[in-house]
Amino acid sequence: MKSAFNPPIGKILKINGQCISLIGNDIDTDRIIPARFLKCVNFDSLGESVFEDDRETLKGRHPFDLEENKNATILIVNSNFGCGSSREHAPQALMRWGIRAIIGESFADIFYSNCIAIGIPCFTLAKKSIQEIQNNKNNKFLFLEIDLKNSLAKSKDLSLNLEITESSRKMFLSGEWDATSTLLKNENLIEKKFNDLPYLEFNSHFI
Amino acid sequence: MSQDTLFDKVWDLHRVASLPGGSDQLFIGLHLIHEVTSPQAFGALKDKNLKVKFPNRTVATVDHIVPTDNQSRPFKDNLAEQMIKTLEKNCLQHKIRFFNIGSGNQGIVHVVAPEIGLTQPGMTIACGDSHTSTHGAFGSIAFGIGTSQVRDVLATQTIAMNKLKVRQIWCDNKLSKGVYAKDLVLHIINQLGVKAGVGFAYEFAGPAIDALSIEERMTICNMSIEGGARCGYINPDEKTFSYIKNKLCAPKNEDWDKALLWWKSLKSDENSIYDDVIKLDASKIEPTVTWGITPGQSLGINQKIPLLYELSPNDQFIAEEAYEYMGFKPGQSIKDTPVNVCFIGSCTNGRISDLRIAAKVLKDKKVSEKVKAFVVPGSEKVAIEAKKEGLDKIFKDSGFQWREPGCSMCLAMNSDKLIGNQVSASSSNRNFKGRQGSPSGRTLLMSPAMVAAAAINGKVSDVREFISQ
Repeated sequence: MKSAFNPPIGKILKINGQCISLIGNDIDTDRIIPARFLKCVNFDSLGESVFEDDRETLKGRHPFDLEENKNATILIVNSNFGCGSSREHAPQALMRWGIRAIIGESFADIFYSNCIAIGIPCFTLAKKSIQEIQNNKNNKFLFLEIDLKNSLAKSKDLSLNLEITESSRKMFLSGEWDATSTLLKNENLIEKKFNDLPYLEFNSHFI
Repeated sequence: MSQDTLFDKVWDLHRVASLPGGSDQLFIGLHLIHEVTSPQAFGALKDKNLKVKFPNRTVATVDHIVPTDNQSRPFKDNLAEQMIKTLEKNCLQHKIRFFNIGSGNQGIVHVVAPEIGLTQPGMTIACGDSHTSTHGAFGSIAFGIGTSQVRDVLATQTIAMNKLKVRQIWCDNKLSKGVYAKDLVLHIINQLGVKAGVGFAYEFAGPAIDALSIEERMTICNMSIEGGARCGYINPDEKTFSYIKNKLCAPKNEDWDKALLWWKSLKSDENSIYDDVIKLDASKIEPTVTWGITPGQSLGINQKIPLLYELSPNDQFIAEEAYEYMGFKPGQSIKDTPVNVCFIGSCTNGRISDLRIAAKVLKDKKVSEKVKAFVVPGSEKVAIEAKKEGLDKIFKDSGFQWREPGCSMCLAMNSDKLIGNQVSASSSNRNFKGRQGSPSGRTLLMSPAMVAAAAINGKVSDVREFISQ
């Protein structure tokens, strides 16, 4: 069983850890966390159910069940990862299993925003490099040091230039990925917008 | 960069500030919530000691977990009961308007908000549900968000977001008889792919779109997300305005005149600039059915399941996974595939017009004995109207079960589920592995008319053969 869960807090500058590869395009959030596990009023117990049906089908051979991966923190995926349902339960389940960063060919939009909002940086890398990492048997225990400041991932004999949306990178470096307090700073501007929007005037019966 | 599109106009109108990281702080005009993605957001507010900033700009209903056979309380499923109770408590505590079961306005959030006139042109609309894109059918900019963003909207009525690019999808000519909005959107996703829309808002336009009813337009925008676009929209027109008029929450009297004046000014300029434009001929589209495990893996009813080499290298991996999971052979026909379960409902196709079309196919016919068929109205209002028109009787006489409103087997969070590797003909939006409640269950997406035809024959059929009879 994993150690107690500590969510990320504040500035995220570096993520070091072992990689875990999950091969496949268009892996949707229903597969990451099937809908029946959404019947909860908190995210606490989602970690153990991540990829539940895929893991059940593979009877212990799923990457998330392999002993060698149990301490992995960096997930390596292919294209359009996290497509489908907007459920934040998907990145929450990954995070509670132990994932702290994801490197992939591409990500679905809502999944990407959800990851940013909970402090999981998602990086993109060319298909060729991803496949090299995923297919190299010597990389079974690939450890990477991810440096957010320079968007670099390094291992003993590997150096990768990662791509990340500039606004997301800045938010991790400043700690503003946890957006509520940043948004609240503009309280006066929010009030002004509320008073200025034309449709809020003619929908005043509802307000 | 796009310029002067409806998307640009609405985005700019709602921009509160540029954030230090470079993204925009966007005001959300209407926030919709439901029981599945909101409890943790309310929990976070409590942890941070924050209040709901504008409680009257958030509206709640309950849809995902509600049983459709017996809705009396407490629900048989304890976890479902706990979720509805939590929503009731949160709405009461934060003074949020809640359309609960029995209110006459409960139902799937994306069916309810438009039918009571909450959804209006020019608004930004967010909800913790990916099918929020549905509301774009009215010329609003609507998109799904996660629970942390639900928290942000509750606390600030804004979210941090990067502006999307805009792709116009121009649909020429008209859909032919027996071909519906669902077929059109499945065709678009097939042609563009399931990730083409990442980073984009889709503007659907052209004569084929203009000719669609508002409810059909909702079906199109609803499935934008299945093509990767978290937002899809259509410029509003007279049909939009008359759909809204006199609805429960629509502006009335002088307010209506003001609204109309503003709404009429809201559309993409004739010479607006798009980041990309795609054109297609709607008249060439056949009734369309999915054969695989993504909504992009679809084909016309008379086509054969593609051979591996016919697909682009990027699509081959997922195709091989799909052949194996679905138990289909490359080159096989989709027509005549036996089905076990037929489901009509969901935020894609659970509206009154969908039920009318399916009922027309089913009238004086019987559902195959091999099939379990059920219809789940999208909302209490849809159910009431359907009963008034006698549609419930047509469904029941044909052998369909008539259920209470909810999301039901679209995502199978209640007891409506596939069993084992059953095949469903489904009017919903996702054919992902395990989506309909069984880890090996198989889903064929199609229009409600096609589901009705499949129910009668017990196998995938061309609904045009029923219509011409």
